[in-house]
Amino acid sequence: MLLIRCPYCEEERPETEFRHAGEAHIARPADWSTVTDADFEAFFFLRANPKGVAYERWRHIHGCARFFNAARDTVSDKFIVTYKAGEKKPVVGSGK
Amino acid sequence: MADAQRHFALAGRSASESVVTVMPTGPAWRVSLRARPDAVAGLSKALGLTLPERPKTSAEAKSRAALWLGPDEWYLLDEANDPLDDLSGEKALHSAVDISHRNVGIRVEGPGAEACLSAGCPQNLSLKAFPVGAASRTILGKSEIVLWRTGPQAFRAECWRSFSIYVMDFLEEAALDAGA
Repeated sequence: MLLIRCPYCEEERPETEFRHAGEAHIARPADWSTVTDADFEAFFFLRANPKGVAYERWRHIHGCARFFNAARDTVSDKFIVTYKAGEKKPVVGSGK
Repeated sequence: MADAQRHFALAGRSASESVVTVMPTGPAWRVSLRARPDAVAGLSKALGLTLPERPKTSAEAKSRAALWLGPDEWYLLDEANDPLDDLSGEKALHSAVDISHRNVGIRVEGPGAEACLSAGCPQNLSLKAFPVGAASRTILGKSEIVLWRTGPQAFRAECWRSFSIYVMDFLEEAALDAGA
């Protein structure tokens, strides 16, 4: 079982307390009336799905219930860093 | 027709093994309290205890306990007085919802209590990692529970009423294994 550090509980917790919640740092358009179909498609459907470091939202649903962000290496499945929602996207290495 | 009677979810249930006892608690007032940091001081005063602000901690005063569930969320437990009576005059913005009948409490006590809960709870429940007074929302088997350590060998688990049969069955089974 993976241990994931929850930035709100400030400790590592078992992965079964968490739920994945999609890619992080996808900004909602500020003005919907000016969004083109192509922009909407990119915002709504298109995801990076990288091989390597992915920035993801996670939710500590069976714990403090908070959403937070994580940088995870999709190859090694290693969590490189977790940080509170709203915080700046950290620059991280490959996690290897 | 006979009068309607309230039926307690785990009426008559209990399990007593050599090293651990699993027993439902009596009824209690339970409140889901949510508030921002600026309201905490006023709410603490109204409730007569200091709402804990550190993760995985709790506070107790007389019959009342407040368990930290999240950065803005507490679980209030009181077997003698309704916390909502004390919160009714509080002006600071907060949400307090009576969930007394949503949840059921189960006590797990004895030298094997830790082993019994560890059968389904993935958290480290050793005294070092989960000391007396520690409280957390977590998992037991397939059910979500709120776990509170009330003593070195005593825990209180709170789960939703509809999950209580499952949780009780699970703990009974685990109690057998803990004693083996």
